[in-house]
Amino acid sequence: MTVHPATMKERAAEALHNDFLREAVKITTDKFFAGKALAQRSLGDWEAWRERGRAIRAHVLAHLDYYLGQLIDQVKSRGGKVHLCETAEDAVQVIVDIARARNARSVIKSKSMVTEEIQLNKALEAIGVRAVETDLGEYIIQLAHETPSHIIAPAIHKTKKDVAELFSQVAGKPIKDDTDTLTNFARQKLREEFLTGDIGITGCNFAVAETGSVALFTNEGNGRMVTTLPPVHVVVMGMERVVPTFEDLEVMMNLLPRSGTGQKLTSYVTVITGPRREGEVDGPEEFHLVIVDNGRSRILRDPEFREALQCIRCGACLNVCPVYRQIGGHAYGWVYPGPIGAVITPLLTDDLDRWGDLPYASSLCAACAEACPVKIPLHDMLVRHRVRYVAAGKTPPAERMAFRLYKRAFTSPRRYRLAFKTAVTFQRPLVKDRHLSARLPGLAGWTAGRDFPAAAPKRFRDLWPGLAAEARQMGGADHE
Amino acid sequence: MRVSLFVTCLVDSLFPEVGVSTVRLLRRLGAEVDFPENQICCGQPAFNAGYHPEARAVAEGWLDAFSSSDHIVSPSGSCGGMVVHGYEELFADDPTRLAQAREVRGKVYELSQFIVEVLGLEDVGARYPARVTYHPSCHATRLMGVGDAPVRLLRRVKDLEFVELPFAEECCGFGGTFSVKMGDVSTAIVSDKIRHIQETGADLVVGTDMGCLMNIEGRLRRIGSPVRVMHLAQLLEEGVQ
Ligand code: SF4
Repeated sequence: MTVHPATMKERAAEALHNDFLREAVKITTDKFFAGKALAQRSLGDWEAWRERGRAIRAHVLAHLDYYLGQLIDQVKSRGGKVHLCETAEDAVQVIVDIARARNARSVIKSKSMVTEEIQLNKALEAIGVRAVETDLGEYIIQLAHETPSHIIAPAIHKTKKDVAELFSQVAGKPIKDDTDTLTNFARQKLREEFLTGDIGITGCNFAVAETGSVALFTNEGNGRMVTTLPPVHVVVMGMERVVPTFEDLEVMMNLLPRSGTGQKLTSYVTVITGPRREGEVDGPEEFHLVIVDNGRSRILRDPEFREALQCIRCGACLNVCPVYRQIGGHAYGWVYPGPIGAVITPLLTDDLDRWGDLPYASSLCAACAEACPVKIPLHDMLVRHRVRYVAAGKTPPAERMAFRLYKRAFTSPRRYRLAFKTAVTFQRPLVKDRHLSARLPGLAGWTAGRDFPAAAPKRFRDLWPGLAAEARQMGGADHE
Repeated sequence: MRVSLFVTCLVDSLFPEVGVSTVRLLRRLGAEVDFPENQICCGQPAFNAGYHPEARAVAEGWLDAFSSSDHIVSPSGSCGGMVVHGYEELFADDPTRLAQAREVRGKVYELSQFIVEVLGLEDVGARYPARVTYHPSCHATRLMGVGDAPVRLLRRVKDLEFVELPFAEECCGFGGTFSVKMGDVSTAIVSDKIRHIQETGADLVVGTDMGCLMNIEGRLRRIGSPVRVMHLAQLLEEGVQ
């Protein structure tokens, strides 16, 4: 695992030096975004679809107990096992136990951010089980011992050359860096893994409560292998990822790929309902559904942040985020990058000291909220996080002082006038052509790359009497 | 029609000429302009930075200053957006202020929005010979719903060659305290914006929010670019013959 610096600012600075990363992220997110615009149009009234998506997700969250209960009953009645896990450790333990019981030696995986969240691979390794990621992007970053940098395109930051190097290490001989050779190599390697995997572990885009089915949206077809070839299939899902019916699933199938990659539909939609039944030729003997809470019920109880659980992990908010587009996903430090990561990481981890600076990685341009297919007010949530951070006394003393002064100066016309005069006096030696280009204490972040305008010699309000007189001269009726 | 100017603290103390142009332009278009002198700031800087008690104190002053206005017009979509969107969040626990904020919400307009939607004008009779591109600020677009009003106004200016800005809707990286706290990322974002501006070959980049324009201009100056920055109000007012 790559070790990243402790603060968002430092990680961002590191990312800003990586020109390839920045270019690659922009190219990919542009492509996704342009695709989105097209795919969106083909659906008709996009706003109506968003509203439908939001309503479904909000309804589920308001009745999560009910739908989880229904889901669990349905999975059990179809011969599956269900494990409700409150913490990451609980979930890991359940899966480790399943692996032990089967004497598993290797696990093949597809499509799961939650297993990143609970750090499953590490735990499996510790008991001697090899976990192999089979999504191409995930496979690549697993070889590089890294974490995903985009929700949909986890290896967005890797060049073909990087990939060829990684593959050469696996092969023990040089592999050429053209796309065909690379994909063929991965296909070959993964095929062996598919055939020998003892357990298949997948995530779950959505679980359908009415039938106890889990749905996976994939583009590579590996999801099918992972869910059918090994004798055991374990589905790891975040507690909130339920939809009531297949009709609701259809809405999500329309929203998710369109928003994320601009596809009208993913190449494969796999729906699995329980283990193999008598007389069926395909499918696992055992089917486990591991439902992970890991902080989610805390978010659910929090009226200011509950809507964050509506997220369907489409990545649309990343694609439009000006900050993400400059620095990529690793700068966010954990599993979930971009605006949604900045919102849910501090909540899921409940650790303000470590993750409380993420919500500052935003210019609050609101592009994320506009892009979100289920209408999560991400930019409002980023502000709410900042409010809590301030209230917890975590911001620097100089900043607190600055806002105290701001309040004093900006609540009284007299003090405002005084503050303005002071600024005009103090800036005098620094002004050139109505700008301050020196590095100013407190403004260094700005002046390192930009000039700053000087306070005007006279404020607008000092000019106003003259303007009012102008109107009277023109015979206007102003201000009588 | 009576219009109260919501000048914004940034325009008041850093760019008063934009306020002057706004007043003159509105008058030429037939409005009577008044200036509620007790206004100072809408509270946005503290609001976005998470200092809500401070923001509330300042925002209360704003509400009091504009309590008797009919139409409130601001040369900044961001500050207008604070009133129409942010106050809802800021005063969520204060029913009296919340009611006041909701009442005033329907009266707040960004300048170009007011000209196009309320005055019903697109051609303000201006002439301005230049190649011009336009940066639509995020809050004007997403919080105020300004739409293409500024572009419609620009397209009707005589002798003005309008060029679309690539990636126009992407943020310029200003974001208030963000531009200071994460100065490097902010500079990287504005550098992209400037690259796109340069691609248009424009002599002039126009906007309707001095926060963004100050950011763009600050970077243009630093790299020694000849591209000029102007608020829409200045261009329309200077161009009126
Ligand atoms: S927050 Fe919205 S846009 Fe971002 S990943 Fe989740 S659903 Fe998609």
